[in-house]
Amino acid sequence: MGLTGSGALITRPMLVTFAILVTLPLWIEPVGFYQYLGVEIVIWMIFALGFNLLLGYTGLPSFGHGAYFGLGAYAFGLFQLNVVQNLWLGLMAAVVIAAIGGAAVAAFISHRRGIYFALLTIAFGQVFWFVSIKWHKLTGGEDGLLNIPRPSMDFGVVEFALSDNTALFYCVLGVFAVVVIGLWRLVHSPFGKVIQAIKQNEMRASFVGYNVWLYKWAVFTLSAGIAGLAGGLFAMAQESAYPDVMSLHASGFVVMMTLVGGGFVSFWGPVMGAVIFFLARDFLGSLTETWLLWYGLMFMGMVLFKPEGVAGAWQDWMGRLLGKQDKGDASPAGGFVASLKR
Amino acid sequence: MALFEAQAIHKRFGDQVVLEEINLDFESGKLSGIMGPNGAGKTTCFNVLTGRYKPDRGRVVFNGQDITGLPPRTIARKGISRSFQIMNLFDDYSVLENILIALPDVRQNGFNVSRNLARDSAAADQAAFVLARVGLKGHEHESAKNLSYGNRRALEIGVALAADPRILFLDEPTAGMGGEATARLAELIQALKEHYTIVIIEHDMRFLFGLADRISVIHWGQVIAQGTPDELKANKWVQASNLGMLQ
Repeated sequence: MGLTGSGALITRPMLVTFAILVTLPLWIEPVGFYQYLGVEIVIWMIFALGFNLLLGYTGLPSFGHGAYFGLGAYAFGLFQLNVVQNLWLGLMAAVVIAAIGGAAVAAFISHRRGIYFALLTIAFGQVFWFVSIKWHKLTGGEDGLLNIPRPSMDFGVVEFALSDNTALFYCVLGVFAVVVIGLWRLVHSPFGKVIQAIKQNEMRASFVGYNVWLYKWAVFTLSAGIAGLAGGLFAMAQESAYPDVMSLHASGFVVMMTLVGGGFVSFWGPVMGAVIFFLARDFLGSLTETWLLWYGLMFMGMVLFKPEGVAGAWQDWMGRLLGKQDKGDASPAGGFVASLKR
Repeated sequence: MALFEAQAIHKRFGDQVVLEEINLDFESGKLSGIMGPNGAGKTTCFNVLTGRYKPDRGRVVFNGQDITGLPPRTIARKGISRSFQIMNLFDDYSVLENILIALPDVRQNGFNVSRNLARDSAAADQAAFVLARVGLKGHEHESAKNLSYGNRRALEIGVALAADPRILFLDEPTAGMGGEATARLAELIQALKEHYTIVIIEHDMRFLFGLADRISVIHWGQVIAQGTPDELKANKWVQASNLGMLQ
């Protein structure tokens, strides 16, 4: 894995993923789903990828990440409603506000790790959630912000309306592609290698001369910014922003996606996890109202018996098939339980 | 003047005094040894000298500069590097990655998010140099956790060396090693001695007496004897304590 791996700008799994997603609007309805599902899945893929930078790559468990997703959603909504209707500026506002929120929280918790870090992220997450409910004038309280417009995608020479879900899907997919390529680059850069080193051995990293606190702060801020970007897209997709996305259970969803998918052993884990989560929601949800119970049981089974998630199972299977024990490139090794014990 | 000095270091944990008053100096280009029985405070002493603990009293001076109580990362950046008694590697990384991450050149670009380390030939050359020095050439792509015990020990030293230190502290490099592996490690350290100022904590006396230019004996949190290996063998304090097996 890692430094010695390819680290190419574009890789084959990337092309396969993009190819599947680009054609999605053509086949999603024939297989029994609907266009909006694709939008939702890709938005959460972005969220989960950014989240995994923190959990899988740096080994920092954040259980309050919904807060930054929500900050992005509110920032986007308030920007469209009160400043100007512009997609790019709105998304920028979402990223900046979420990153500022993340940076402020990270400043208080970056000297912690393991379970203490996790508990503090929950506490801060709850603070944001509470504020979103109580600050009625700004956030609209429990109802949230309604009728957030979907601004058109303006490239100067051409402009695309996003009122249609298929058009919105391609807009979100474009953002996803940028995030994937950017994060792939990042995890192979010196910065990416340092955060993985910190995850493996924080003390040694500091004795080699790294300012561990600053790296943890930077990763948290960056991860919050990406959550904000996803949140901004979500507000646009939903045409509203509401406190629920900041709640503890929404924060739990992204954790479950990342773990079930296998964020600890693969860059692509969170992407798979997002797909599995939404398929479970729609498929199990069509069978029973208690789908989350079954999903939760599956999650528990996964953590108990295959903590490396779907990606880990896939790697084992491929390894057996090809007769080698190669763990694949840039896999953030280590485990979820280990991240809490530290 | 000595390159590195510890002046009247006192360290206590709660009401337990671990270091009463430690005075040490390590000269440039020499290999200095620190020995003493288990629980004498050797590792605590190392931890104070390399910034893991703050001393309660006393000063640590490196190259004429007071570095007392500075955080480990600042001390490391000044050219003071250390290995650990209990191994402290980046276990999921390959041997090569362990070295790369410790290179000053990589550290200074730690916030670079666009450079591709896998394709950085300058860093790779520096890492190859270090790996050759510690005898791990050919193991580059093995995962650190899959190395043999002896090779993990060598990598532990390699990570410390990668920082291109002005002084290298090795905490019990032979801990847990058998006779043959210890002999190989002695050879390695003998070779490193040509290039670095080294301080070793060790309780394998045969190992230390064969390598060190000067040895300090720590007991009850104090330096009870100091000198060349030959001088120490003649010292009645040392004879009375724990060096009987050397005769």
